[in-house]
Amino acid sequence: MHTGESLRPSVGTNVVRVDGAQKVTGGARYVDDLPPRPGELHGATVRSRVARAVLRGVRLDPTFDWSDVTVVTAADVPENVVQLIVDDQPVLAAERIHHRYEPVVLLACADRDKLARAVEAVLLDVDELPPVLTIEEALRARDVISGTDNVQKRYLITKGAPDIVRDAAPSDEARATEEAILRELEACEVVVRGEYSTHHQEQLYIEPQGMIAWWDDAGVHATGSIQCPYYVHKAMKRAFHLEPERIHVTQAVTGGGFGGKEEYPSLVALHAALLAKKSGRPVRMIYGRTEDIEATTKRHPAHCTVATGCDRDGTLRALMMRVVMDGGAYVTLTPVVLSRGILHAGGAYRWEHARIEGVAVATNTPPNGAFRGFGAPQTVWAIERHLDAVARELGMDPGVLKRQNLLVTGDTTPTGQAMRGEVGIHECVRRAFESSGYLERRRLGAAVSGRKARGIGCAIFLHGGGFTGSGERLLKGKAAVDLAPGGRLVVRSGSTDIGQGTETVFAQLAADAAKLPLDRVSVATPCTTYVPDSGPTVASRTVMVVGSIVERAAAEVAARVAAVRQPGESFATAGDRLLAREGTVTSLLQYESPAFVKWDDVRYRGDAYPVFAFMCDVAEVEVDLDTFEVTVLRFWQAADVGRAVHPLMCEGQLEGGTLQAIGWALSEELVWKDGAILNPRMTNYIVPTALDAPPFDTMLVEHPYSEGPGGGAKGIGEMPMDGGAAAIAAAVEHATGLAMNHLPLTPERLFAHAGARAVEAR
Amino acid sequence: MIAKVTLTVNGAARTVEAPPLTRLLDALRGPLGLTGAKEGCGEGECGSCAVLLDGVPVNACLVALGQCEGREVVTVEGLGEPRHLAPLQACMAEHGGAQCGICTPGMLIAAESLLRSNAQPSAVEVRRAIAGNLCRCTGYDRIVASVLAAAEALRATRGASVSAGAPVRGAAE
Repeated sequence: MHTGESLRPSVGTNVVRVDGAQKVTGGARYVDDLPPRPGELHGATVRSRVARAVLRGVRLDPTFDWSDVTVVTAADVPENVVQLIVDDQPVLAAERIHHRYEPVVLLACADRDKLARAVEAVLLDVDELPPVLTIEEALRARDVISGTDNVQKRYLITKGAPDIVRDAAPSDEARATEEAILRELEACEVVVRGEYSTHHQEQLYIEPQGMIAWWDDAGVHATGSIQCPYYVHKAMKRAFHLEPERIHVTQAVTGGGFGGKEEYPSLVALHAALLAKKSGRPVRMIYGRTEDIEATTKRHPAHCTVATGCDRDGTLRALMMRVVMDGGAYVTLTPVVLSRGILHAGGAYRWEHARIEGVAVATNTPPNGAFRGFGAPQTVWAIERHLDAVARELGMDPGVLKRQNLLVTGDTTPTGQAMRGEVGIHECVRRAFESSGYLERRRLGAAVSGRKARGIGCAIFLHGGGFTGSGERLLKGKAAVDLAPGGRLVVRSGSTDIGQGTETVFAQLAADAAKLPLDRVSVATPCTTYVPDSGPTVASRTVMVVGSIVERAAAEVAARVAAVRQPGESFATAGDRLLAREGTVTSLLQYESPAFVKWDDVRYRGDAYPVFAFMCDVAEVEVDLDTFEVTVLRFWQAADVGRAVHPLMCEGQLEGGTLQAIGWALSEELVWKDGAILNPRMTNYIVPTALDAPPFDTMLVEHPYSEGPGGGAKGIGEMPMDGGAAAIAAAVEHATGLAMNHLPLTPERLFAHAGARAVEAR
Repeated sequence: MIAKVTLTVNGAARTVEAPPLTRLLDALRGPLGLTGAKEGCGEGECGSCAVLLDGVPVNACLVALGQCEGREVVTVEGLGEPRHLAPLQACMAEHGGAQCGICTPGMLIAAESLLRSNAQPSAVEVRRAIAGNLCRCTGYDRIVASVLAAAEALRATRGASVSAGAPVRGAAE
């Protein structure tokens, strides 16, 4: 008899990832590996070549042979809107150009070489307008490109004194709350002010954007490189006015996303489907690297103005922060990015009084969008660098200052969210400090040897798992588990595996919940025709939120089999009998937000997230005092992940995320001129290689989340992106005395800062 | 102009008829039906299209088919199959060296090249060998660990076969 009782649990072990064998043999089929469909054409996009203009018309060069080229313009789009939060982005520009890489015309042709020539043979008649290219220009609002003042979104978070006056003066809350926080700051023994800014970052997934679309009797099909099949589904439904069941969106094996394949693939799919519709042929649209870097979304640049008040012993009291983000030409996901940014602005620290203001503005640059961390890396950079400045002012070590102000159980965040259960940050800090020798090495000061200086620095931070506030309640994410012949289970969800290991982890959770061996569980390919809408694969929610539905559904199916199982009978036999009797045996469940989550969307008060994960980074760097090149020698990171379902993949997420933060800090920089990107290539947009990456000491701390699957998993996918840059900057400051408040820390910028300081010292 | 190029691909003789300036990458992924090598940048920066050309790792996006007459190409498909993984492939899957997997074919080729010439590489030597292959997922530590584990596994197998074969070989010598 096969009982499952003797089975070893799969959760907590490093099973070989289920897609491993295919990925190491070249067998995994990414979108451009799929064989051509009969009659397939290649698709291309003609983009604006100016940042802001009135589009008067489109002309096709009459000397070019257009006989075998399909041409699509805005007039071919049934409803010219990319469905997301605000209906401001057209599928193709119709009358106005809002950024340099805006899609205007689509072309398809069987011959790729001819297609490339055809792109050059499309002429756009435009009347150029002065573009708004920076946050400063947008705020000045001399040229208005969005709404009445270029502002896409505003938020206000208040706690303590500002919160009390906010309720008393709702019509004048901006001024009243500002006066209140200024009063609290004035009452503090030490007040420190500073400004901190961060720059664009390109996701640079190694597989570019790509989609294949075709139409048949069943409707429209789109298969491609996507994080969120249901985003594409909703965008198709809107633009083509189709019935939901006539849209079939399938995820191909996806070569990285990091947020860059959250909302952008909707546009690629719409474009490919428009060309397929007009040509009557399947259309394959694969972006080249330069087009991908130029046109797709990037991390929002941000400018943070911070003032804090504390006691002379370092006890933090009051925080005032204004966060301004550059949303780019269209709103896309900017309101949500800004939201997550301000919700992480207080860091992992206790503040009695807080006023945090968020503003997002429009510019004539490509829309900024989702990228791992989603607003939090920008504000964590600001608060961490600011506390480094406070420590400098107090003559304390920044790590000591931060550690003495960490949230403890029962403390509240700036939105008033109380810390429930064990706050794992303390153990993270202890382990990262001990393993790196942080305190001792800080005491010893910078290690200077010849023209090289070594230093060490830390960052301490938290990251909320899942959608913000009432988001999960509104989203109603679903997942299903089916019983299949032979006592097998099939997990169906809209959550995609983009490398992070969703398929493997879902199989582990389902197998353990049903008490079955791992090889009895398979995970269905996310295709909207067959899988329920689990919500997007974003927000560190896949394991924590969708995984918990999978776990419940698997347990429910197993219970139904158990109910008919006779003594001595195997699970497979009982399951087959149940299937024969009922036809299908499925558990389709919806996520239930924990009852304790209370959130006020208007006042931005309450439980912003059901739980936070925590992390402490310690970076050791060596700075060349002649060239100002920074080498990261070693990186320690301790993270409270709740429960590691697959420790190896969990560590892989932490290390990969941190290296993206290191790249953002040291080498990744988009160079802009007149709204154009001057370095849209892997040759000159520099991401870390194996020689730039430090060895990692990664420590998993496990303080289980009461509602988390697998015995308490928290969402951790984004967190490592948040703190790495600040840890590097603190280490650079320790090594050189150069206190950098603006990213990136390229040799040129460090050199300029050192030069400016030398002049000041004279 | 169409050229007829005969080359050895993963041990088998193959003939491709295409313009001689066709990129080796396109010949592999198109007429030869081997989509393991990927295009990440098309300019030799990312290494996702790496293959062995006469045993030397090259970016197949920068090699013209016309240069490959009579030469030997090994792609990721030539290293092993899902049911019979080479130790290097197995280690890459088991030790967290592959996440999204798009860089993995090129990484494996770079690592294979290293292990053919250096049975006991250090971590730094592994990093140097894969420095031309970009990975955006892993942070590289797990890839380095995978290659080191594969080197150890290969040494164990070779050591075993050498000791088993030693008396015969010794007699022959």
